[in-house]
Amino acid sequence: MSGRGFNKPSRSLRLYSLIFLFVLYVPVLFLPLFSFNDSIYVKFPLTGFTFEWYGELFEREPVWNALMNSLKVGISVSVLSTVMGIFAAKAITRYRFPGRGPAVGFIMLPLVVPLIIFGVALLVLFSRMGVSLSLYTVAMGHLIVCLPFSVATLIPRFEGFDKSVEEASSDLGENAFWTFWRVTLPMVFPGVVASLILTFTVSFDEFIMAFFLSGSEPTLPMYIWGQLRFPKEFPSILALSSIIIAVSFLLIFISQWINRGAHVTSVKGD
Amino acid sequence: MTQNAFISVRNIDKHFGAFQAVNGASIDIGHGEFFSLLGPSGCGKTTLLRMLAGFEAPSSGEILIDGQPMTDVPPNLRPVNMVFQNYAIFPHLSVRDNIAYGLRKQKLSREKRYEMVDEMLDLIKLPGYGERRSHELSGGQRQRIALARALILRPKVLLLDEPLGALDKQLREQMQLELRALQQTVGITFVFVTHDQEEALTLSDRIAVMSGGHVLQIDTPRGLYEAPNSRKVASFIGTMNFFDAQVLGAEGGHFVVETQGLGKLRVPSAGRNLAPGDKVEVAIRPEKLTLSDHKPDQSDGAVSGELENAAYLGERSHYFVRLPGVEQPVAVSAQNSEGATSQVNANTHTWLNWSESAIVLIGKE
Amino acid sequence: MVLLSPAFGFMLVALLVPFGILLLMSLWTAQGFGFDTSLTLDNYRQLLERPIYGALMERSLSISGSVTIATVILCYPMAYYVAFHVHRNKMIWLVFITLPFWTSYLLRVFAWKVVLGYEGVINSGLMSLGLIEAPLEFLLYSQSAVVITLAHAWAAFAILPLYVSLEKIDKSLLEAATDLGDGPVARFMRITLPLSLPGVISASLLIFIPTTGDYITPALLGGPDGAMIGNLIQKQFGPINNWPMGATLAIVLMLCIAVVSGIFILLTMLVRRRIS
Repeated sequence: MSGRGFNKPSRSLRLYSLIFLFVLYVPVLFLPLFSFNDSIYVKFPLTGFTFEWYGELFEREPVWNALMNSLKVGISVSVLSTVMGIFAAKAITRYRFPGRGPAVGFIMLPLVVPLIIFGVALLVLFSRMGVSLSLYTVAMGHLIVCLPFSVATLIPRFEGFDKSVEEASSDLGENAFWTFWRVTLPMVFPGVVASLILTFTVSFDEFIMAFFLSGSEPTLPMYIWGQLRFPKEFPSILALSSIIIAVSFLLIFISQWINRGAHVTSVKGD
Repeated sequence: MTQNAFISVRNIDKHFGAFQAVNGASIDIGHGEFFSLLGPSGCGKTTLLRMLAGFEAPSSGEILIDGQPMTDVPPNLRPVNMVFQNYAIFPHLSVRDNIAYGLRKQKLSREKRYEMVDEMLDLIKLPGYGERRSHELSGGQRQRIALARALILRPKVLLLDEPLGALDKQLREQMQLELRALQQTVGITFVFVTHDQEEALTLSDRIAVMSGGHVLQIDTPRGLYEAPNSRKVASFIGTMNFFDAQVLGAEGGHFVVETQGLGKLRVPSAGRNLAPGDKVEVAIRPEKLTLSDHKPDQSDGAVSGELENAAYLGERSHYFVRLPGVEQPVAVSAQNSEGATSQVNANTHTWLNWSESAIVLIGKE
Repeated sequence: MVLLSPAFGFMLVALLVPFGILLLMSLWTAQGFGFDTSLTLDNYRQLLERPIYGALMERSLSISGSVTIATVILCYPMAYYVAFHVHRNKMIWLVFITLPFWTSYLLRVFAWKVVLGYEGVINSGLMSLGLIEAPLEFLLYSQSAVVITLAHAWAAFAILPLYVSLEKIDKSLLEAATDLGDGPVARFMRITLPLSLPGVISASLLIFIPTTGDYITPALLGGPDGAMIGNLIQKQFGPINNWPMGATLAIVLMLCIAVVSGIFILLTMLVRRRIS
């Protein structure tokens, strides 16, 4: 009945979308699959089930060191980037000032410049300033990567509630600080949590900046990169990667879920 | 009328899941008629219109336009066009390309197309607006362009979905006049959806009053106002005073009824079949009642009551009279013409007068 | 203004200063382990004279061009589906589509290496099924491996701007087009596609720009034929140890991206005008 056909659900489009999602996830799912395979070779057919590669990871001191390095960088970057993001998002949504548009564009710039360029530019800067590469320099690089995501996550939250609520608070006698603490912050709280988790994960997983900016202390992705040269290390790298990916999926899913109301508009990076 | 109706809606039902939006609607619309679907929001009028356009399919029943069943005709091939509630002007196209949008299939030369667009722009009184973009237009201009875009295709039927709802009051009244004049110029059948009873009365040849998915009554504006067939229709169009009544007997084309408040009355039977003892309601419009200080010498009927309240509204005044044994005060509306007895004080004794022809008999629901 | 200043100030310092120094360094020359800091356009001249640089740049642009086109075309129907045909749980769809994007880029590339490798999932899978005798060699270490991996890695990101621009389209515009006689194809070409062009443009730029400078994917999967300009830049700062040349390449890469993006935006604007 074609008269019914104006908004008919499209079977083929639905099938396409399901295949699309499937293809999106499948390559990544091979990592955990082979990480449980009882063979040093990453190939079919599977030979048997084992936890051996996971067990082996716990024995390795460098893995623990790299993990601690990644955690240090990730936590400090997520806190710094979210705090800066809160201030920036409030300024962007609450005040009109000349040059506001370009300023926002400037903060979002790292989304549309190849990261390798930031990486080498910072490398050059640090070396000219005589700053030796360390976890601090990595964190600096990650902050550049993470700040746009913080701002993009928080702006919709600030846009999502009426300015008059803040005005009511000051009308009821609270000063700017207490208004922010008692009214603004609770209302944007889901965005703040989402930003913290999101930026932590981005930093934790980041490789390109870390590649140029880390010194003698590697982050986890740097450690993995170093091991990729040795085929015999593949199974344990697969195990490590599987853990990282599982934790990342979980964290990102939580952050997106907490912030679900603002998801659609959070893509302002264009 | 069923035989030669131009649009024939036959026993249409429409369900959305468990919700029944339209319930057994049957409507016949004549060629060249200005026909309105009137009712409160959620009454099913827009759903019915969208089924005429083809955007929704009836769950059961059939729609014929010019004798052709529409069931299997997709919206793009139906001989109808629509003016959308928000006008749906294409934002990426100029006014000219908006109006010429539907001409694509006619394979006309560019000159011919532009000529037709210019004619339409003249018709809607926006000559020279062809190059403008939609964001440069006011609400009234958008509405006209939506009209032109539909009319240029010479549809057999033009569907209008509350096209004046977004305009302010003054512009709306002006557009009502223009719309009526335009319909008479082009001679196309208009089906018009509105929740504004005044708008429907002003514009339409005939009106279907809808409520809860049902078509309650189809009649001319005068017919609906003067002889509503149900309490719902009567109260949706204008104000009405209702009185419970009981049939006493029939008497030469009239029923004699005993009413609560107005006493014994003779009302036109209007083809109804009622037996003595049947419960009915009688109704009378506020402006068909008059007030007087004394019992009038000549009147079909009069009762005395207590004037409870008066409201001065400029051109007219509203009075509320309390009658013994009637719960609601009776509303009376009187023109404040020169020399009228406008000075009526509250809480004074007054007489309520009416003529028999103004009484409407309504079946008890 | 005071509130914005931490973020803005940080970006200003973290972006402009390094860029300035990068630009300055591109005018120096390498000399042993140090630099000759007299200003010269020598690096830029070498870049023009030696065909290897131009060829590599061209290859980078064409690889990321292919990636961009493939990704946008593949993602459009997906975004269209979520925007127009998913009515409940849109949020869940979006989260699941974007989820992989946020996880480690390095690991996703690594996963493709596992899939495409000489003894990887596809080859060993097909062999144990008896469909092929020997591993297919073209899978790994080729330009197509790079294109597949990059397209896959960026797909999740391309969906969002496409989805947003499709979602914004007022449904009554589509009904109006149908009402005025358009079938589904004509309606798509005349209304949906032109109105979603902004999303297509942002998606294209969001993919094209970062992929042009990518070096992880070519390094892991590209082999000698799949190397891109990013690999060369990385080598200049690493094993070759010619920082001024690396700086020059980075500057030229940025210029190339800016020019190509500019041309692309201009073209789409022209096309858009032609459509309307």
